[in-house]
Amino acid sequence: MKALIALFLRELRLAARIGGGGATGVVFFLILVSIAPFALGPDLNLLSRIGPALLWISALLATLIGLDRLFQADAEDGSLDLLFTARTPLELIVVVKCLAHWATTGLPLVLAAPLFGLMLAVEGAGLAGVTATLLVGTPALTFIGAIGAALTASLRRGGLLMAILVLPFTVPVLIFGVAAAAAARGGTVPFWTPFSILCALTLLAAAGAPFAAAAALRHGRD
Amino acid sequence: MPSPLRLIVDNLAIDRGGRRVLEAVGFAVAGGEALVVTGANGAGKSTLLAGLAGLLPLAEGRIGLDGADDPEAPVAEYCHYVGHREALKSALTPRESLAFWRDMLGAGRPGLEPEAALAEFDLAHAVDFPCGYLSAGQRRRASLARILVAPRPIWLLDEPVTALDVASQARFADLMRAHLAGGGLIVAATHAPIGLEAARALHLGQAA
Repeated sequence: MKALIALFLRELRLAARIGGGGATGVVFFLILVSIAPFALGPDLNLLSRIGPALLWISALLATLIGLDRLFQADAEDGSLDLLFTARTPLELIVVVKCLAHWATTGLPLVLAAPLFGLMLAVEGAGLAGVTATLLVGTPALTFIGAIGAALTASLRRGGLLMAILVLPFTVPVLIFGVAAAAAARGGTVPFWTPFSILCALTLLAAAGAPFAAAAALRHGRD
Repeated sequence: MPSPLRLIVDNLAIDRGGRRVLEAVGFAVAGGEALVVTGANGAGKSTLLAGLAGLLPLAEGRIGLDGADDPEAPVAEYCHYVGHREALKSALTPRESLAFWRDMLGAGRPGLEPEAALAEFDLAHAVDFPCGYLSAGQRRRASLARILVAPRPIWLLDEPVTALDVASQARFADLMRAHLAGGGLIVAATHAPIGLEAARALHLGQAA
């Protein structure tokens, strides 16, 4: 337990320091959200209708942008070799690294979403809906991405390959996230139907991804 | 340590990239003994140490540890692996790095505090310097200090004295002798003599 807390704090520290990339995701999120109205035009009805979808796409890309470094940085400097010799099971190490990554990348996105939603003229229930769906949906993106990150840990420039590997598996999360966010603003589908499925996807990813990622890391030590 | 440890390697073979790098390597090292592995570049010294540390799958053979507290635990959990890469993050200070590795690798056994371990390697003045600013030799010393904060009985050292100055090499030789005197094991791969006169030698030939 002490080892896991130490690992979590180390990851937070690394993300906060210069070059750690802790703010990359949220800045990228801001860039996408702020240029969208320029491209789409100042039609508030249109923006407010597609706003939740834009926020979700931005969140997905912002999560993936730094995720390739999740294990690669440790693989490059030899830290990963030492983590293999620790008594802590590799699966738990993966879980803690994912949680720390989510706390430094996903959580800021969730906190920024209400503000950025206002920039896209999303209001009231829609704003609450998109924030709630991002809160329960972004952990799934991190966990699914961790599998890709583990598979490409030993590759130089593995980021693009990771995105190609991971994106198809994030599509269900995107679909149900946007569906729930849209349902929050009214419509024929009740909010809880897609939202429950989104929760289930996150739980599934959290339960399965650590084993898959740890197996990929073990297989990759050559 | 209740009973003397004994590291037994039997008929070890390791493949890398589809090619057999090590074949039919066997030796035994008991507590208090050191084994120095020599051989030409590419003879498989680093591969042997990484295999002992559990970082590479074994193609054949067996690595066993007699006298361990927990016979079920993998041998790697008793090992400190010092490889070519220092496992230091540029953004963290040596104190933070060592505190992390103490908690991660320590498993309850008391070791030195990070400051004391760094002082052993004459790095007391650099504890709060980000590792990115340290010289190659200082990084190597900070990395070696890791094995003092989390005591483990087996030291697997891959070219441990690279980039170290003469004084630091002598200091590290003293620490290795103290570790052996305390019942520890050392398996070191090296080209240069590292100050272990009593060490046994294992010469690896070119793999077929």
